[in-house]
Amino acid sequence: MDETQLKIKEFLSRFFKSHDLQPDEDIFSLGFVNSLLAMQLVAFVEKEFGVSVGDEDLDLDNFRTINSIARLVARKQGAAA
Amino acid sequence: MIDLEKGEPAESHAAAVHAAKKKEKQSIKCVVWDLDNTVWDGILLEDREVTLRPHVVHILKTLDERGILHSIASRNDHGVAMAKLKEFGIDEYFLYPQINWNSKAASVTQIAKDINIGLDAVAFVDDQPFEREEVAFTHRQVLCLDSALLDDLLDRPEFNPRFITEDSRLRRRMYQADIERNREEADYTGPKEEFLATLDMIFTIAPCREEDLKRAEELTVRTNQLNTTGYTYSYEELDTLRQSPRHKLLISSLEDRHGSYGKIGLTLIEMDPDVWTVKLLLMSCRVMSKGVGMIMIHHVLRMAKEAGVKLRAEFVSNDRNRQMLITYRFAGFKEVERHGEVALMENDYSAIQPPPPYVDLRILG
Repeated sequence: MDETQLKIKEFLSRFFKSHDLQPDEDIFSLGFVNSLLAMQLVAFVEKEFGVSVGDEDLDLDNFRTINSIARLVARKQGAAA
Repeated sequence: MIDLEKGEPAESHAAAVHAAKKKEKQSIKCVVWDLDNTVWDGILLEDREVTLRPHVVHILKTLDERGILHSIASRNDHGVAMAKLKEFGIDEYFLYPQINWNSKAASVTQIAKDINIGLDAVAFVDDQPFEREEVAFTHRQVLCLDSALLDDLLDRPEFNPRFITEDSRLRRRMYQADIERNREEADYTGPKEEFLATLDMIFTIAPCREEDLKRAEELTVRTNQLNTTGYTYSYEELDTLRQSPRHKLLISSLEDRHGSYGKIGLTLIEMDPDVWTVKLLLMSCRVMSKGVGMIMIHHVLRMAKEAGVKLRAEFVSNDRNRQMLITYRFAGFKEVERHGEVALMENDYSAIQPPPPYVDLRILG
């Protein structure tokens, strides 16, 4: 895993503690994704990676797995550069 | 404003009218008090004796009963001032008192953040013009009042919520229970979900009854952040909707081992033969950290799926309700149409989740 993936994994591990989250594992299959986790996840991506997540990016599929979040970050960072 | 018979999705005009109505209804939720020569006569750290102002005590108690909260922004020694408030028997009225040497604008910011309300719902009372000007300069939305001119305060419309409900009378105590919860939460080092499990939460969803209507109206007026559309409805409109065969009006409540949060959520669904539309889904900001908004949405998803209809939801962005947009999107809603500021979203039921194990979900018929 690269640095972005590791940071995402570390963040998500706070919510799914006793579970070794895999890069392509669907977090929605692991338990209830409550509104709090949803909000904190979006805020984390924006703050940690300095990107702005637009309303159109809030698609569920962008946030399902470590890899999909990392791809979103890469896309956003690429767009900003 | 509400069309009970015909199946038009909400027009942006209706939304605009609702938004305008909302602005007028903006009311004070918290009064921030100076202490020296405001709550009491005299200066605590200089005078041998300070005397409590009886009319201030009357205002404190009356507003408290109306569900309006109090706090403090005072430049003083925290320990000495709190001891004096305790001696006067009024310490329990103040939430998150800011007694320190910081600027009062900073104290007001902190209080609004801790109580989780907008600055436009805050009033600030001080005898010093300098302090009032400093707060007004930093926060234009805050209503700044001279403590010498409080005679008509209780009669001002900003301090008169249209209804006083059971929830408003208990509001301060509910906040105090929250402070206790938050303290425990801050001390808890495990994951959030495990902490939520320690609370023994019971989330109840029930049809809105006649006795809930005042609170239901209050929720539509007071709730800005966790509110999907911001539509406000009057008591009479809600009473009609409650009995309308074309609508479901659901009120939800939450309790945990610290006590009740009261009635904290309202959901309005318009039901047509093939499609249901969620017109309004709101949760009091007091339950923000409990993540129950998603539980409500998934309940609606399950109901609609069982009824064999399409499920749509309206969403109107304001500058504070992004969390609800995120909640809708994470529940699988996608925008399919837009009418002015009203986004119409649809759910394909692919993201339905059962309720989380840490909440006892009770559905009343």
